[in-house]
Amino acid sequence: MKLTKLSTLVLGCIFIANSSQAMDLTVVSWGGAYSKSQINAYHDPYMELNPDITIIHDESSAEAVAKLRAMREAGNLTWDLVDAVPADAIRLCDEGLAMEVDVDEILEPAPDGTPASEDFGASLVSECFIPQIVYSTTFGFRTDVESWNGNEPDDVCDVFDLEAFPGKRSLEKRPINNMEWALLCDGVAKEDIYDVLETEEGQNRALAKLDTIKDDIIWWSAGADTPQWLADGEVVFGSTYNGRFFALIEEEEQPVKILWDAQVFEYDGWIIPTGLPEDRLAVVMDLVRFATDTQRLADQAKYISYGPARASSNALVGQHATLGIDMAPHMPGHPDNAYNVFYFNYDWWADYRDDLDAKFQAWLAN
Amino acid sequence: MVNVDSLVGRNSLHRKVQRSLRIQKLRALGLIAPLFIFILISFVIPIGDMLFRSIENQLVSEVLPRTTEYLKSEQINEGWEPPDELFWHLYIDLAIATEVKLHTRVGSRLNYEKTGISSLFRKTGRSIKKFGADDYSKALSEQMPELASIDYWELLSQGTSEKYGYTRDTYNTWKKNLIANDHWSEKTKPSDFLFVVLANDIKSQEIDSSLDASREEKLLPVISELPEIGFKERFLDTDEDWAEPDVWDTIQLYSPSFTNGYYLNSVDFKKGSDGPKIRPENERLYVLIFSRTLFMSVTITLVCLLLGYPVAYFLANLPLKYANLFLILVLLPFWTSLLVRTSAWKVLLQNEGVINDILVATGLISNLERLELINNQTGTIIAMSHILLPFMILPLFSVMKTIHPSYVRAAKSLGATPWTAFRRVYFPQSIPGIGAGSILVFILSIGYYITPELVGGTTGTFISNRIAYHISSSLNWGLGAALGSILLAVVLALYWVYDRMVGIDNVKLG
Repeated sequence: MKLTKLSTLVLGCIFIANSSQAMDLTVVSWGGAYSKSQINAYHDPYMELNPDITIIHDESSAEAVAKLRAMREAGNLTWDLVDAVPADAIRLCDEGLAMEVDVDEILEPAPDGTPASEDFGASLVSECFIPQIVYSTTFGFRTDVESWNGNEPDDVCDVFDLEAFPGKRSLEKRPINNMEWALLCDGVAKEDIYDVLETEEGQNRALAKLDTIKDDIIWWSAGADTPQWLADGEVVFGSTYNGRFFALIEEEEQPVKILWDAQVFEYDGWIIPTGLPEDRLAVVMDLVRFATDTQRLADQAKYISYGPARASSNALVGQHATLGIDMAPHMPGHPDNAYNVFYFNYDWWADYRDDLDAKFQAWLAN
Repeated sequence: MVNVDSLVGRNSLHRKVQRSLRIQKLRALGLIAPLFIFILISFVIPIGDMLFRSIENQLVSEVLPRTTEYLKSEQINEGWEPPDELFWHLYIDLAIATEVKLHTRVGSRLNYEKTGISSLFRKTGRSIKKFGADDYSKALSEQMPELASIDYWELLSQGTSEKYGYTRDTYNTWKKNLIANDHWSEKTKPSDFLFVVLANDIKSQEIDSSLDASREEKLLPVISELPEIGFKERFLDTDEDWAEPDVWDTIQLYSPSFTNGYYLNSVDFKKGSDGPKIRPENERLYVLIFSRTLFMSVTITLVCLLLGYPVAYFLANLPLKYANLFLILVLLPFWTSLLVRTSAWKVLLQNEGVINDILVATGLISNLERLELINNQTGTIIAMSHILLPFMILPLFSVMKTIHPSYVRAAKSLGATPWTAFRRVYFPQSIPGIGAGSILVFILSIGYYITPELVGGTTGTFISNRIAYHISSSLNWGLGAALGSILLAVVLALYWVYDRMVGIDNVKLG
């Protein structure tokens, strides 16, 4: 009797699994608050609309490039959609690991009919990249440093000014952004920076500028380091992503302010891995179409202070879901914040990353 | 008679013994088989694969076969100018590669050696379709509609006429690449560039076979009207870097299927056409990091030995019930997550951390001269010594347990001072434990990754951190593999030295 019940149950399960169109999608992202904002803004609503689809969250975006390449070599693709920064998207595209897409074809136009390619504008940095958000890497500083005599930094070059603003600074342990800021503060015009950085003298010049504060730098490699160090008083000045500062200031209520000067605009978005079977690809395309429409991208800003990559979403940005504060003034692209923006040159870094990283690491180690 | 009988008896006995021995051997083999297979699959094969990757370089010659073949006989120097013919071969190679997206892979492979090649290939891949081949395909298929069908090209590729050798060869490579990359289907159309190749073959020589004559009669007038494509100009228009001898030099250097380039890079050399050259001082990195890795591993081993030896001695001489209690204290941190322990060290060691706060509060140092205990070598050595200490204490403890106290007592009763008794009697007997503990700690620490990454700052990182960077971030797996192989070779060499000096038989875990 028992046995029959059990076997009926097992058979039933197999039957259910086979009969419906149920599908598990593995979506890879960064984890933490960022993943939560994606889940709230579009994964959960999508699953509600499509009950037979289950989205499984994987938090491996940091190793996405290496893992996708290993999957290709093993001939076993287990991911369906991957969140990646443009630099990784370009690499994946070059390696043939990410699919080239036509955004006008696969994405929704703006509500007023503007085609997606126009709505996304400059954020379309690679043929394989489907943008979601604009974030910025910028500086934050403690507001209670005694030796600053009540002064507050208002210029990115104050990072290099040890006399007026003494104390430890935290910078990311890689050349990207740091080299640009160094040249900017060494008197190079914003539009000439990459031309200068292409030359041996320019690179040495940037490193020489960084040399002036090298002894006072603590190098970070995880986005959570700078907020932690600022809260501990380990550093007085530090760079990280603006969303981290928002959490530190608004949620943790630490005495920290953001310095928006020369913030570096960067994007984050989806790539679709190559080699998906047709039925899965169709579902993935449908999910991407849903997740990147104007309303969904605006919804995401309720949970994190990263701006929507679509121009048409900006008007719809409302209040934070739990804190109840207006999110617009906390977006990197808000006019009050975006008075001096630095645009990151992805193509340039795709070429120079390996070379400059070797030089930068050699400089660090010596 | 008796003799023969006993002989037979002995023989059958001999056989029986042998058979049972064989069964025993097989049984033993069967018992170790799972472990053997496991080691083979999880250890020998991956390491072999890694060693192979550090010299493997087939991509360049596979994707650019014609270009690399042509470059073989070229002498590239400062004043060298790439000849027109080279661009013709490059055009065909790249036209095929772009269709299956292999050109960017070669680009990023070569970009590790010369900055800028990545975007050069990406850019060229984008514009190569606009080199004018579409005019050829349009005009030719208008004149001869069957050319638009893949079947005609299949027939052509089965021909034997010498004149169309290049077209055949190109078509076959193109088809092979499409099939290998799942781009081939029933509906595949012949690509535009194939028409240029065909036109080139038709023009090149006299009509040499009656079979091809009708085709040529039809096509020649059309072809002669079409504008000649200047490939060199087209490439240079796309990017003037194509005129740089350096670019071609790099392609030539990395044409062979196997390269020592990765190994040269990992010891701060650069492969060049006139032999390897040492890199300029501001680009040298790996030798420094290798020596740092060795230095820190040796220091950590010594610190562990200095701290662990007294502890193990103390434990070994305690009554058993207390010894077990203290042993748990040694093991307790061992059971805590590595990340938690490392993060705890961050809290303790940082500038505003517990240790510095205590030192300032007790007035030992002033607030302005807080000690730099983390994000440098000191931090790595402290945190790793703590993490690896149990690996030193446990073998020492189990060896010391076996040293009978009566030896030391005997030495003392024969007139030795406690120090002499320790030095001449106890210490020599504990050496196998020192050997085992040191080897364990040293080998574990030389490949450590996570702790130096978190507390090492800039001067306290290991070579494994660079290997991880190349595997997961820069995707330069060849260089990562070369660095890993060198690390493996260093460990094996040190093991050999140890064996010669101390003797590996002299190592005991208990």
